[in-house]
Amino acid sequence: MAIHCNPLLHQFILQLADNALVLGHRISEWCGHGPVLEQDIALANIALDHIGQARMYYQLAASFEDGATEDSYPYQRDVRGFRNLLLLEMENKDFGYTLTRSFFYDQFHYLLLEAIIQSDHKALKEIASQAIKEVRYHCRYSSDWMKRLGDGTEESHQRVQKAVDAFYMYTGEFFMPSAADEYMAAEFNINIESIKEKWLENIQAVLQESTLAMPQDTWFQKGGKTGVHTEKLGFLLAELQYIQRAYPNMNW
Amino acid sequence: MENSMADKFQQKIDDDIRIEPRDWMPEAYRKTLIRQISQHAHSEIVGMLPEGNWITRAPNLRRKVALLAKVQDEAGHGLYLYSACETLGVSRDELINQLHTGKAKYSSIFNYPTITWADIGTIGWLVDGAAIMNQVPLCRCSYGPYARAMVKVCKEESFHQRQGFEILLTLSKGTEAQRQMLQDSVNRWWWPSMMMFGPNDADSPHSAQSMAWKIKRFSNDELRQRFVDMCVDQAKILNVTLPDPDLKWNEERGHYDYGPIDWDEFWNVVKGNGPCNRDRIETRVNAYEKGAWVREAASAYAEKQASKKAIQVA
Repeated sequence: MAIHCNPLLHQFILQLADNALVLGHRISEWCGHGPVLEQDIALANIALDHIGQARMYYQLAASFEDGATEDSYPYQRDVRGFRNLLLLEMENKDFGYTLTRSFFYDQFHYLLLEAIIQSDHKALKEIASQAIKEVRYHCRYSSDWMKRLGDGTEESHQRVQKAVDAFYMYTGEFFMPSAADEYMAAEFNINIESIKEKWLENIQAVLQESTLAMPQDTWFQKGGKTGVHTEKLGFLLAELQYIQRAYPNMNW
Repeated sequence: MENSMADKFQQKIDDDIRIEPRDWMPEAYRKTLIRQISQHAHSEIVGMLPEGNWITRAPNLRRKVALLAKVQDEAGHGLYLYSACETLGVSRDELINQLHTGKAKYSSIFNYPTITWADIGTIGWLVDGAAIMNQVPLCRCSYGPYARAMVKVCKEESFHQRQGFEILLTLSKGTEAQRQMLQDSVNRWWWPSMMMFGPNDADSPHSAQSMAWKIKRFSNDELRQRFVDMCVDQAKILNVTLPDPDLKWNEERGHYDYGPIDWDEFWNVVKGNGPCNRDRIETRVNAYEKGAWVREAASAYAEKQASKKAIQVA
């Protein structure tokens, strides 16, 4: 199928879309299982934000490709085609891991959207301007919970510190540019490397207030942006794509 | 004294004046409401599970978003209803404990499994449809906080019902496999939905008192009949057969006649022998227990913040 835009731009849009979908999917797994009713509602809300954003990006990607719809990308690609960050496919495990995953990503996501809003790409700017309102709330939600869990009880402190230590190694990839990221930096002035310092500063501030330690000497994982994922994504997609795979080419 | 209070209370009910939390009310009225409202709240919360079962597997993004939003609405309904119940002097923790220990019931319909995508549509059409029949009259219930909560609940429920019907309509216009999935689902959910109105009037001992208190406005059998009459026409649009050979129009009554309900199955599911009773409660208890450390952390943190503030003020 022919793509009517620069393929690297297309790939960049799919990076954004896949991030939103995969994280939204993970958070949606909490629905009905939250630690307290109010948080069940809040998590469902956040999952809806992410999946809603994914739809806007997939629709934009589809507008550049013959015969594609917003569902072509989530439902018809296999693991190697997905471009989401590895962190976002990590399992929920417990509320601490879930919130830590969101915390690292939300802080990055906010800065990335700011960069997109200041860039020269009109359609992406429009989506980002809408999304950033939601992401501002995501940042507040996940940072507030980092503080509650970090500076709550002995048990919650230990649990969330463990999650921070386990997930930090997946954050390096945020700032390692893919070919698509390099293209967007050169052509549209969206530079992910330039937001790294601000991100570090922001997460250090929250971790400190949460009485949590910043992991040291980390070897960072990478691969999401080139489709080399962890073993977890295949299972996520098996679930996500089940109906489309079992009953192909039907309307639902 | 007690007698004159009781007379005044009944007079208010008869005059259609709402009872509010601080008004005097007979103990039995309070207990009946706590039982009914908490059962309703629990049904919303347990009802999240069979539908939530399909959020990660919805067939496309539009359906996924709609389903997730719907299940979130159920959580919201649970929240208002627990709050309405709290105005009667019982805490949410106590109510949740009653659910987890089996002391409180929830709608038996949620003890049936959702095994295909069509079940999500059928729950919307039949289960939400039956719930609306039961719930619309509750918007005029004599107890103010419950009646007001129900206004919002009913608006959202009727949206859910249309959404469910639309899922089924899409299947009915689809392939042979989709039409089979639809018919199979209706076959499994029809009778349990009919049971949602509760026992026949003759076997429903609390009904008369609830009617006198205007908690209940119509009898179980009246509501069930309305439901049948509504569904027959809608089934035609979906091109599905309702699995009841005795279903036929009765000219004299101006209603559809329907076949006997298997009350043995109904009472067994109520008693805990349905296909999913154990699973549902286990899942709820599990979520609650696994969330304990989070709730404790939140209160410990709030206390620390409060004492920090107190020190600053001093």
